[in-house]
Amino acid sequence: MTILFMLIPLGLVLVGFAIWAFFWAVGDGQFDDLESPGWSVVMDDRAPAEPTAQDLDPS
Amino acid sequence: MTAAIKCYHCQELIPTNLSLTAEVAGRTYGVCCLGCKAAAEMISDAGLADFYRFRTAAAPRPDETNDDIWSTYDRPEVSEPLLGQEGESSVVNLLIEDTRCSACSWLIGERLRRLSGVARASMNPATGRAQIAFDPSQVGLATVLRSIASLGYRPHVLGATDTLAIATKERRRALKRLAVAGFGMMQVMMIATGLYVGARQGIDPIIREYLRIICLVMTAPVLVYSGRPFFEGALASLRTRRLGMDVPVVIGLLLAFAASSWNTLTHQGEVYFDSVTMFIFLLLLGRYIEMGARHRAGSTSEALMRLVPATALRIRDHRRERVPVASLQTGDLIIVPIGECFPADGRITDAATEADEALLTGESQAVAKAVGSTVVAGSMNVGAPVTIELSAVGQSTVLAGIVRLLERAQTERPRMARLADRAATWFVTRVLLGALVVALLWLWIDPARAFEATLSVLVVTCPCALSLATPTAVTAATTALARQGLLVTRADAIESLAGVTHVVFDKTGTLTLGKPQVTSIQTVSGSIESALDLAASLEQGSEHPLAHAFAGIRVTSRVEEVAVHPGEGVEGWILGQRLRIGRDAFVAAIAGPRPSTVGDASVYLGGPSGWVAAFQIGDALRPEAVRTVRELQRLGLTAHIASGDQDAAVMSVAAQLGITDAHARLLPAQKLAFVQALAAQGQQVLAVGDGINDAPTLSAAAVSVALGSGSALAQASADIVALRGDLTTLPMAIEMARRTTRVVRQNLLWATIYNVLALPIAALGLVPPWLAAVGMSLSSLLVVLNALRLTSLRQAGSRAAATGVACIA
Repeated sequence: MTILFMLIPLGLVLVGFAIWAFFWAVGDGQFDDLESPGWSVVMDDRAPAEPTAQDLDPS
Repeated sequence: MTAAIKCYHCQELIPTNLSLTAEVAGRTYGVCCLGCKAAAEMISDAGLADFYRFRTAAAPRPDETNDDIWSTYDRPEVSEPLLGQEGESSVVNLLIEDTRCSACSWLIGERLRRLSGVARASMNPATGRAQIAFDPSQVGLATVLRSIASLGYRPHVLGATDTLAIATKERRRALKRLAVAGFGMMQVMMIATGLYVGARQGIDPIIREYLRIICLVMTAPVLVYSGRPFFEGALASLRTRRLGMDVPVVIGLLLAFAASSWNTLTHQGEVYFDSVTMFIFLLLLGRYIEMGARHRAGSTSEALMRLVPATALRIRDHRRERVPVASLQTGDLIIVPIGECFPADGRITDAATEADEALLTGESQAVAKAVGSTVVAGSMNVGAPVTIELSAVGQSTVLAGIVRLLERAQTERPRMARLADRAATWFVTRVLLGALVVALLWLWIDPARAFEATLSVLVVTCPCALSLATPTAVTAATTALARQGLLVTRADAIESLAGVTHVVFDKTGTLTLGKPQVTSIQTVSGSIESALDLAASLEQGSEHPLAHAFAGIRVTSRVEEVAVHPGEGVEGWILGQRLRIGRDAFVAAIAGPRPSTVGDASVYLGGPSGWVAAFQIGDALRPEAVRTVRELQRLGLTAHIASGDQDAAVMSVAAQLGITDAHARLLPAQKLAFVQALAAQGQQVLAVGDGINDAPTLSAAAVSVALGSGSALAQASADIVALRGDLTTLPMAIEMARRTTRVVRQNLLWATIYNVLALPIAALGLVPPWLAAVGMSLSSLLVVLNALRLTSLRQAGSRAAATGVACIA
């Protein structure tokens, strides 16, 4: 059971890291707006060629 | 291509005689105006043409005015009080109007980030708030505002301190506390499991002490950091000599932690670190849910300030200059163009005009203003450009008075909060006394077990289930209502809604559509169709609100030499015939005295050859109004009307709806008094409205609903906002609220039974603290699950509404 003397402090370090990462994310405003950042991924893509005006013309 | 073409930018129809095009991403598209052309080309040139592919709503139409109203913001005395500091850069908070979808906020953000000197531009599409950090030596506030305005949006400067920023800070802090408590709880629970198993199966004493020390190390930051709100709350309540819910919580936490630490350091007895962390986490979770509901309520005064324009055109020494409204003084002369709001109260000096005071008084028709009449800040100039001499500015205006009325009404409300406090104090006093009695009895019987029994009593009787009973049910109901298009902005609105006995409706825009329409026509000569045609043709050139009643009518006649007489009517020539439309006296001036056969009407039409027709213009009932009022009466509610409109209009609406108690021509203060009088009789009042003049009324009522089509302000101050502007959701909401209170009652009953049963068992020393904590958590879980029943029911048929809400929420 002596392995516990190493594993538990190691676990605590990991918890500390998780808390630090969460604090950073909160401070960075990542939980302030949960909707629009999802859009920015879509927006930055290069667009395929848009249909030309003739394609859209119903006549 | 024969079909009408829509503007590429704003999606409005392009006038047939206009051929204006804009070049976007190498292609040519038709646009409706120069403003849209400039906006579209600017967006394209900046490489932001993606906006047009991803947007889900049309873009706003930019103003075509060349007048630059933003340059005043470059003057340091104007911009300095509005800016905050963040390191090297200045920070400004903006509220941006007309943002319609996520693509809009993306567009604004991208545009700003491309300005040199802008360090950060973050925009929340849900609230319309943006925060921009920029280097003042490279770019000015005016440039930032101008570039937003050039996209067609209207920026409003909120200043350095924004209530939303404060709310964001509060939420971030709460999230961090919750995370620390959550992580800590997981770790301590895991190790505590080892300790419990070890207690049964035997454990190496060294490992046991080691695990206890680890628990202590993990619990200390949770107690100090995450538990801080409870300590602060307990301190605050002790300072005011009241016993709040926080007091026994803090006593329990401190006792458990101190005893556990002592036992750990002296290698004896029991430890309760798991109970401490779990306790903190569960309590914080409940508070976090509550806080979310609280933040949803908007800031009313900010919305009201939007009524007043930021700048005004002042005349001084025969020169016109744009100045910020804040620098105006009593006695200044300013020019107010058509379609702009008066920035301050004043007296008209040069011409007759008409003012639309609908937002302030609820009066649906514009009021005629002659030379010498007074106009109030926040009303809109719709007649003619006028010069006014200011009589009151800033805090002394009528508008500022209404804001104060509103604030007073809002501070007078927390009756429910006081009741809850009193109940908590009662409960907490009993808990503490009970724990004390238990401790003394055990010290007398068996001092060794006294501490554990006392701690169990404190934890078991934790008002956790009791305090979760209401918020969880209310949150569940809030979600269910949101699916129906009803946004609840105040936590106890649902509770109040369930007990409502009286409904007070505003008339204009609430029971009616709020838009003028021709309701009846009386013709003297010719057919109804020709009379309508002539009237509509003449009114084309008029901006008067009554003229909008004719807007939907197809026009065939050509009008020549149109002359608009503000406050009187419109004159013009049709097929060689001189015609006038407007007030009684205006038409009589060329058509002779009104024939006795023509009854009183809103607008008359006539010419030198005689009177042609009289039009009654009114506000039509909402189609669902009759059904809604009948439903409400079936639910046992009494309906009233309190309107600022004229007697005849109010009485006719009341008669159609079967409402016997209707009051007309009420000022905002009188409406407030009416609602307060009902409340004084012990009645629970539900106020339904849409205008700013309703804001105090809405706040004074036990619970208020604003229809989504109404002004932004009423929405901000109302407890519930009906996004779809549909009255039929009202009876549904009341039924939902009644079901919610039933669930709350069940929850409270369960929590009480649990406490009543658990307390004596714990007092007898039969419950170890960890079991007390588990029992407390299980009872809370049951309460939460019972509350969730509210969301799972009645989902059918409301999917469509859910998507609508998702866009806004």
